[in-house]
Amino acid sequence: MDHRPQAWGRPRDDVYGAYDASYLQTSGPKTATQSPVVTGTSVIAIKFRDGVVMAADNLASYGSLARFTDVKRLRPFLSTSVVGFGGDVSDMQFLDRHLTELAIDESYEHEHSENPAKSQLNAANLHKYLSKLMYRRRNDFDPLWNQILVAGFDSSSKPFLASVDLRGTTFTSPSLASGFGAMLAQPIMRRYAATEEDAARLSREEAVNVVKECMKVLFYRDARSLDRYSIAVVTKDGVELSEDEQLEKQSWAFAERIRGYGTQTV
Amino acid sequence: MTSIGTGYDLANSIFSPDGRNFQVEYAVKAVENGGTSIGIRCKDGVVLAVEKIVTSKLLKPNANKRIATVDRHLGVVYSGMIPDGRHFIDRARDEARAWRDTFKTPISTADLASRMGGYMQAYTLYQSVRPFGITAIIGGFDSTDEPRVDGEVGTGPSCGAGGKVAGKTHGGPFLYMIEPSGLYWGYYGAATGKGRQAAKAELEKLDLGGPGGPSLTLEEAVKEAARIIYVAHDDSKDKEFELEMTWISGPDGPTKGLHQEVPKALREEAERLAKKAQEDDEDDEEEDVEGKEKMEE
Repeated sequence: MDHRPQAWGRPRDDVYGAYDASYLQTSGPKTATQSPVVTGTSVIAIKFRDGVVMAADNLASYGSLARFTDVKRLRPFLSTSVVGFGGDVSDMQFLDRHLTELAIDESYEHEHSENPAKSQLNAANLHKYLSKLMYRRRNDFDPLWNQILVAGFDSSSKPFLASVDLRGTTFTSPSLASGFGAMLAQPIMRRYAATEEDAARLSREEAVNVVKECMKVLFYRDARSLDRYSIAVVTKDGVELSEDEQLEKQSWAFAERIRGYGTQTV
Repeated sequence: MTSIGTGYDLANSIFSPDGRNFQVEYAVKAVENGGTSIGIRCKDGVVLAVEKIVTSKLLKPNANKRIATVDRHLGVVYSGMIPDGRHFIDRARDEARAWRDTFKTPISTADLASRMGGYMQAYTLYQSVRPFGITAIIGGFDSTDEPRVDGEVGTGPSCGAGGKVAGKTHGGPFLYMIEPSGLYWGYYGAATGKGRQAAKAELEKLDLGGPGGPSLTLEEAVKEAARIIYVAHDDSKDKEFELEMTWISGPDGPTKGLHQEVPKALREEAERLAKKAQEDDEDDEEEDVEGKEKMEE
């Protein structure tokens, strides 16, 4: 019997053989999330005359499996901005909780100011904050695996739209799309709003129609997408968020002409 | 109260032989000098109001608010020592945040009252501290919807029970009052501060308790709250005061479950009615006096 305290509670060497301590290795580089697990696909958004429209479908995929089909990926912030998340869903939840806390603290800070809308964080401030947060996490080698779009208004009350990704890279444009949308939806949106001037001429209805059209194209061509989606319109009056939209007027006629996959004999 | 504590009032952690903690009783005295605050729990929400004595003409009107928000759905008003109240609110906000960190859901009014009651009671136990010189009224509307979890993304199963109990209702309006001893009860209507006696008498006349729940609506409660603060102020007419009022409704009501200041237009209307009610009362009294004089003649 081995009476040394070091041996207490361990498998007995005389029965199981000496323990292979190499399994207890504590050296080596720290590893954090190296790939996303449950993911959301594209988020798309376009500016118009009085605000911004944003949309994302309601799917969270586990690899190629359509795992969760009622996932809301657009989050309002202080009812003045909208944040849309692509990428890892658990990191999105972390950020959502963090932003909830931030929003509550913000409203304590400004609850008695004469014009709370002016003094509270606007979308431009929020985007700057998120970009610092994402870049810091990248430098910790523990990135939050998301691409985020932020929509709302800047400090001069102009429509604001910008993105930040898991490396802290920021980007802004009259229309933005993350993930597959950058390939499939961005060219369509540029046709309507290539410049800020174009975007300033778009009406709300036109912008919503462009976004809905893009969501349809994404559902046609992106295998990790869904026909149910959320759409948010941010204007000076606040955020109108609809979380259970269905793609309308789909036409799969084009699929007949696609050759070169599956069991088809060309 | 006996005028002296005969040596038993010098420290917090010592009882007098007849079982009293004099420090706590003195703290209650501090509350009794503060501006009146009241809370009314009605059918579809809670109203909080405070009589804010204007101590100096150099203070900006309608600035320096006395009613604070905790989380989004809770409001706290207090009478007594204002710095103590500010600290109380800081602590309440910390508790609400800690609750969210742990449970990922907003703290209920009852749980916040319990936590803060415990906190105030701890200040009656030790030599090194003094009790809080405030009585706080906590009002809140706990969500009547299925409680949401922070960061949740989906809505759960669309068929089957999904862990939900059919017919179970959640939340509603709640009102608690915490005294310097740490004692707290849930109330239909609560009043504290200088004018509490008059205010309580008025609150008791309202239909707040009834077996089917209170019939008073939120807008009626706002008007009653304004009237009660004006009635309670009566005795110290020489000083000017401001009326500060906040309300919390359910998700279908005017504040959508949030604790907010009563809109200016509604508050001014309530104040107008309160002043009018008071003038009518005074006229009646004068008539009574005149009537009596005539009788004597």
